[in-house]
Parts: sequence; C-alpha cells; structure tokens
Amino acid sequence: MQSNAALEYDYSLAKKFTFLTILFGILGMLVGTLIAAQMAFPELNYLLGEYGTFSRLRPIHTNTVVFGFTVSGVFATWFYVGQRVLKVSMAESKFLMFIGNLQFWLYFVGALLATISLFFGFSTAKEYAEYEWPFDVVVVLVWVLWGVSMMGLIGIRREKALYISVWYYLACFLGIAMLYLFNNMSIPTYFATEGLGSVWHSVSMYSGTNDALVQWWYGHNAVAFAFTVPIIAMSYYFLPKESGQAIYSYKLSLLSFWGLMFVYLWAGSHHLLWSTVPDWMQTMGSAFSIVLILPSWGSAINMLLTMKGEWNQLTDNPLIKFMVLASTFYMLSTIEGPIQAIKSVNAIAHFTDWIPGHVHDGVLGWVVFMIMAAIFHMAPRMFKRELYSKKMMEQQFWLQTTAVVLYFTSMWIAGITQGMMWRAVDEYGNLMFSFIDTVTVLHPYYTIRAVAGVLYVTGFVMFAYNIYKTMTVGKVLSQEPQFRTPMA
Amino acid sequence: MDIRELQGYASFFMTIFLVIMLYGYIIHLYRSEKKGERDYEKYGNIALDDEVTSTPVEDKPASQRDYKEENK
Repeated sequence: MQSNAALEYDYSLAKKFTFLTILFGILGMLVGTLIAAQMAFPELNYLLGEYGTFSRLRPIHTNTVVFGFTVSGVFATWFYVGQRVLKVSMAESKFLMFIGNLQFWLYFVGALLATISLFFGFSTAKEYAEYEWPFDVVVVLVWVLWGVSMMGLIGIRREKALYISVWYYLACFLGIAMLYLFNNMSIPTYFATEGLGSVWHSVSMYSGTNDALVQWWYGHNAVAFAFTVPIIAMSYYFLPKESGQAIYSYKLSLLSFWGLMFVYLWAGSHHLLWSTVPDWMQTMGSAFSIVLILPSWGSAINMLLTMKGEWNQLTDNPLIKFMVLASTFYMLSTIEGPIQAIKSVNAIAHFTDWIPGHVHDGVLGWVVFMIMAAIFHMAPRMFKRELYSKKMMEQQFWLQTTAVVLYFTSMWIAGITQGMMWRAVDEYGNLMFSFIDTVTVLHPYYTIRAVAGVLYVTGFVMFAYNIYKTMTVGKVLSQEPQFRTPMA
Repeated sequence: MDIRELQGYASFFMTIFLVIMLYGYIIHLYRSEKKGERDYEKYGNIALDDEVTSTPVEDKPASQRDYKEENK
C-alpha cells in the first residue's frame, strides 16, 4: 500500500453535482411555492401570461425536484460515498473521470434545456414523464454514463465487499433505467398520423387502461427508486459516519433491501383503486402496499437504533438532528402511504389534497432533509473548511420542520374534508355539496400550505447561504475530520 | 381460463415463490453466521473506516488488484 501514500479521494464531481443540487433545489422549491400560492390566490396565475399558469408551472416543479434536485443529490453523494466505501479514488482512473465529467455536462445542459422546454409548453402531457422524446434520449445517455462510471469504480475497488449503500445505489440505477425506458415508449405524432402531426411531439405507445397501469407502475416506482432507495443509501452511510456508530444490524439492512426490492414493484396499482384495472390487480396493489411497511420500517428502525446509547448527539449535533428527523419522517410517510392504499380509505382519499400532503411529508421531511444533511457532512471534507454556522443550521432546522408540519397537517385536514364533502348525500341520495363549496372551505388550508412553502424555501436558501459561506470563508481545516462534522 | 385469470394465478404463484426465496435468504443469513462461516456485522465498519489507505474489511484477491496497480 506504499504507492497509495499520497493518494486522495477526488471530490471534483461530488462538488459539481452539489452545486447543481442547490441550484435545482432553489428553482424547484420556488416554483412549488408559487403554485401553492396560486391554489390559494388564483389571480397569481396571470402574472406571466401563458408562462405563469399553474398547468405550465406544475410540471416544472415536479420534474425539477425529481430529475433536477434529487437526482443531482444522488449523483453528488454517489461520487463521494462510492469512492469511500469502495476505498478507491476516482483519480486512479482517467477514463472514469472523463466519463464522470461527460455525464455532468450532458446532465447539466440537458436538464436546463428540458426545464426551459417545459416552460414553453413542450410537453408529452404525461404526468412525471412530460419531457419530450429528445430529452428522454439525453436522460438515457446520462444514465448509461452513470452506469459506466459506477460499474467502473466497482470494478477497480479495493474493498471486496459491497457496502449496503452501494447495493441501494445500484438498485436506483437499475430501477430507474427499467422504469424510464418502458414508461417513455412513445411515437412522434408525425409518424402516427401520416405526416399531419409533429416530429417533436410524441404520444405514448400504450393506450387506455394499459397506459394508466404502465404510468403508475412508473410513477410509484419513481418514488421507490428515486425518492427512497438512494436516500436510504445516503442514510446508511452518513448517519453511521457522522455519529461514529456502525449500523445497528447489517443483516437487517440486507433483509430490508431485498424485502423492499421484492415488494415495491408490485404496489403501483394502488394509484388505480376503484378504476378500470382488473379487481385482482387492485387488491394486489393494496396488499403489497401494506406489506411494504415491513421493509420500510426495517430500514428506518435500523437507522434509529444506530443511535442507541448515543442519543446525546441529537442535542448537540444539528446534523444528527436532520438525519434522525429524516428517518422519522420516512417512518411517518411509509405508514401513511399503506393506510391510503387500503381500498376503503382510498375511496375517501383518492383525488384529494391528502395525496400531495403524503408526498410532501415524505419528500420535504425525508428526501430533502437527508440530502441537505449529506451535503452538510460532505462540505467540510470537499472544501477542507469548517461549516460556516451551527446556529444558522439550528434555525434552518426548526424553520423547515415547522414548514413540513404546517404543510402536511393542512393537507390532511383539507384532503379528508374534501373527500367527505364529495361523498356527502342527503336523505334522498342527492349530493349535498357542489365542487365550489369544497373550494371555499379549503381556502384557509391552501393559504397555510403556501405559507409553509415560503418557510421551507427560506430554510433552503439559508442552507445554500451556509454552504456558500463554508466554501468561501469557513475556517480552514488542517486535516479531514473522521466522524463528527466540525462547525463554527 | 382467459388471459386475465391466467395473469392472476401467475402473480399469485410468483408471490409465493418469492416469499419462499426471501425467507430462505433470512434463514441463510442467520444460519451461516451461527455456523461461523460469515460475520455480516463486520461490514458495518466499511462506512466508519473508509480512508483510501485503510485496510479493507475484505481485500480483493491479489490477482485482481495486480491488474489495477499496473493500470494506475
């Protein structure tokens, strides 16, 4: 090992993707807050003509937070965690560095152009899969490049055993590859209409119920393989590393991994309960959603038990606070989802605001908190500087926690109220309320949600500022910290 | 029996098969640890001791590393 004496991990790619995570995070959350405000105050729809309407902006919000913010966070942490747990530096292979940089630039330019294209209404109008086919091709290329650099790094590793996080990153890679390809199978309308349509605008190759089934197999598993699997990969690395405690049970992490892989893929049809898909398939979606509690809680409990005997760290290390809260929200979200997938509950919950409430306690509480914690942990190692302000981290934590609680509680109340009002009938069986009655009742909750958005995005800007100041004026570190992240 | 019914049965039996596989895996993990063939918990240290110069928890066979050292 003498030849490795001067060898260091190369964080250049992790840094670049960290910048993108912050950039897309601010963009996606700002647009999200604006459209939340539009729901409460509809006149905000007319600020920018056709470009500022809810329908034009909503795909920008969803695609930017999924494919911009979260995926950048996944790449940033992979290029950090991957090297460390495989005990090999990216700098050891010029080829892998070239592929990684190519991936970064293709992704950056592709994601920016894709976002602009949605702004101009260039869309397939398929939820969460709005990018037109030229962008789908770019996404596939980026993904293949990530696969090459990931497999390449695994190929030249020193550590024979693949740490559990690597398994999760691999599952993210394979899962998204499969889902994205099959759901985005489409044909340009030009070819479908013998020259009448457009070469650039495409329609799905599936139709009717089949299209809905493929769409929700994709939609639900995008939650699985973009919002769950790589975030678990992060928590299995960053929580033990920050706390100095090994995972509570490695065997449980393996069991939860295979349990999650086995169950998640079958649960998508719970999005189509009470619809035209075969009844057995709806029941299967419900049943698998309930079973999904086991592997999800297996991971979450494993993370919390990792802190066993070390709970004092929760009080004096805000980074641990972020990660423990993320795990807790993961537990909340993965019990709430299965409850919504029970057919009788779904009869009330379907199409109501309880659904975005569920999505956001998962994404704001679990995904964003974990990604921010990961960046807080990586920053002093990447920039060789102490974190700029512990106090600001604490303030940000409480501001954003309040925001998440306001968001999901208002949407729970709004959703259940909405569901009950839609179903209410008088003694003759006539509907008691018209749609506008529900809108009037829900207005205060939509306002609370918009306020929650403002608080959350303010917290995210504080996070971005803290990282910026860390990079520029943080106290220089003489050596890399082993466990606990140093902060001023 | 039409195609939908067939799909239903196929899904049911595949689920049973996968459940058996998953439980088999659990038994395999605990049994191999009990017999002393493998210590799974040691892999938790990969995250803690993760310097590029750290000794791997499980080293790659020499033949594979030689290839890497030559190509550095």
